[in-house]
Amino acid sequence: MAAPVAIHLEFGGGAELLFNGVKEHHVTLPSQSEPWDMKQLLVWIQRNLLKERPELFVQGDSVRPGILVLINDADWELMGELDYQLQDQDNVVFISTLHGG
Amino acid sequence: MCQVDEDYHDGLERAEVPSVSKKCVKCKEASAAVVIRAGDTYCRGCFKEYFIHKFRAMLGKNRIIFPGEKVLLAVSGGPSSSSMLSQVQEGLSQNAHKKLRFLPGIVYIDEGGAVGQSVEERQRTVAELQAVFKATGFPFHMVPLEQVLDLPSSVVVTAPAASEQPASAYKAAVDHFIQSDSSSCSTAQDHEQTSVPEVQESHTQLLQQLIGSAQTLTARQDLLNTLRHHLLVHTARTEGYSKLMLGDNCTRVAVKLLTSISLGRGAQLAQDTGFADSRYGDIILVRPMRDYSAKEIAYYNHMFSVPSVFIPGGDTKTTDKASIQRLTESFVTKLQADFPSTVSTIYRTSEKLQTACRNSSTADQADRCLLCMCALDTAVENASAFQATLTSEQLSQNKPSGATGTENPRQNPAPVEQESTAPSGQCCSSGGEDCGRTERGGGGGCCSSAKEPERTDLKSLLCYSCQLTIKDMSSLERLPQYILSEAQRRQRRSQMREEISEFLLDDGDEGS
Ligand SMILES: [Zn+2]
Ligand SMILES: [Zn+2]
Repeated sequence: MAAPVAIHLEFGGGAELLFNGVKEHHVTLPSQSEPWDMKQLLVWIQRNLLKERPELFVQGDSVRPGILVLINDADWELMGELDYQLQDQDNVVFISTLHGG
Repeated sequence: MCQVDEDYHDGLERAEVPSVSKKCVKCKEASAAVVIRAGDTYCRGCFKEYFIHKFRAMLGKNRIIFPGEKVLLAVSGGPSSSSMLSQVQEGLSQNAHKKLRFLPGIVYIDEGGAVGQSVEERQRTVAELQAVFKATGFPFHMVPLEQVLDLPSSVVVTAPAASEQPASAYKAAVDHFIQSDSSSCSTAQDHEQTSVPEVQESHTQLLQQLIGSAQTLTARQDLLNTLRHHLLVHTARTEGYSKLMLGDNCTRVAVKLLTSISLGRGAQLAQDTGFADSRYGDIILVRPMRDYSAKEIAYYNHMFSVPSVFIPGGDTKTTDKASIQRLTESFVTKLQADFPSTVSTIYRTSEKLQTACRNSSTADQADRCLLCMCALDTAVENASAFQATLTSEQLSQNKPSGATGTENPRQNPAPVEQESTAPSGQCCSSGGEDCGRTERGGGGGCCSSAKEPERTDLKSLLCYSCQLTIKDMSSLERLPQYILSEAQRRQRRSQMREEISEFLLDDGDEGS
């Protein structure tokens, strides 16, 4: 059994509107048999945090194109994207780049 | 106790962070933080350097902004324009040879009224941005979009361009500026404590009616764009700026390019998306951010804490198919996700476009679109696609049964409503000027209905794309007065010209 994972989530660029306008969320992912990865986190966010219009945040297994993800201040493309295994105290940021400017 | 300890250890062991393996391609030392374009990995420091250098290089290469020139930055509070503001600040703080040497000011157009924000929401946004602007030390102007209703007609008339300056003048100006010491820089920045002008509720209502009269989101966004541009240019003129900087980034340019094509703005593409845009004559629009992708900007703003304010627009949280603009955006971003060079390819196409032979500065007043100020693309020979469209449109309108073309998404469901309800008032139909002004807002008097400019008349003054937008509007009388009266003026002029045409020696030689 892996221990619960406490992480810090941040939504910006308009993505926060899908979360009642709240930008920062401190959440604890419950313990489960296998370690948490980003793919599972997205599912968890959809079930527990997302308030409306999931199609504006996720698409298939991943985030919708146009939404950027940073893990601990680094591009998630460098971290393995969906396969990245979350660590306690990780910082995950989602920034929407859609119709901003 | 033991157990707690064990749990703790367990956590610690797993905390072996899978170290970021990739190194920065630039310094080859620090570990990478950002992936820009396909495969280029930059560390934090090199990314910042790259970003700042690009801005300076863009302005340096184009040599369009002269030292000491007053430049107005249009900042919406969004990521791109906020980033532009931060780059100008950065550029002004650089040491001598790298320093930007123009005098910036900021303009913010508060569009809250058009998208139905409450007064409190608008005030909150304005206060938030005001704090950001104050911190820059630049003069700034907060302008509610409602002011577009009071613009003078001169806004839609191209002003004579400032005297053409030869390339050699640029270097001379730089030298002169360096010698004359930069102390003038700081004195010019008298902190303008421009508080937001009071907005009358009736004005907000008029604006909402105007925007609301556009029946599709596509037309609404197009109209909003046009009005915003007019107000920006007007602000630049009245405040003495000669350049207007817009925050369009390259993702946006790519979206705009494809949108423009779908909206029938092919003829205006080069101007709509180019680095410099001279359609207004005296005020040159500049797009220094068009080399940056939305991703680069978002990462930069996040990493270096560039403040930006998210302002919900008319299309926030709408579906992909809500408007042509939205559909194009989602198309481009989706394509970009799988093919990372999508945006740059489209963008480079836009660079190859040249402003057509009928240059913006040479086109005659009468040959310009009343709304977007581009050279008219509708004066073409009979065999053109445009003429073909017109012909087929006329033919389909002649159909006896009232079948409305529902296949055409741009056609609104009830386009004929106002023509049928408006009694064709006779009392002041010809040139009813005196009754126009008081009737804005549209009372139901006979004057106002007679005053409604004939859609077909107005059409002749518009480019193909703006004609489509107007077609989607339920009523033209909500258009701001400055547009209507300029339309009347142009119509009178062309009428007069027709009447005396047989006495004219040379068709193209018309005095002002
Ligand atoms: Zn580096
Ligand atoms: Zn036009």
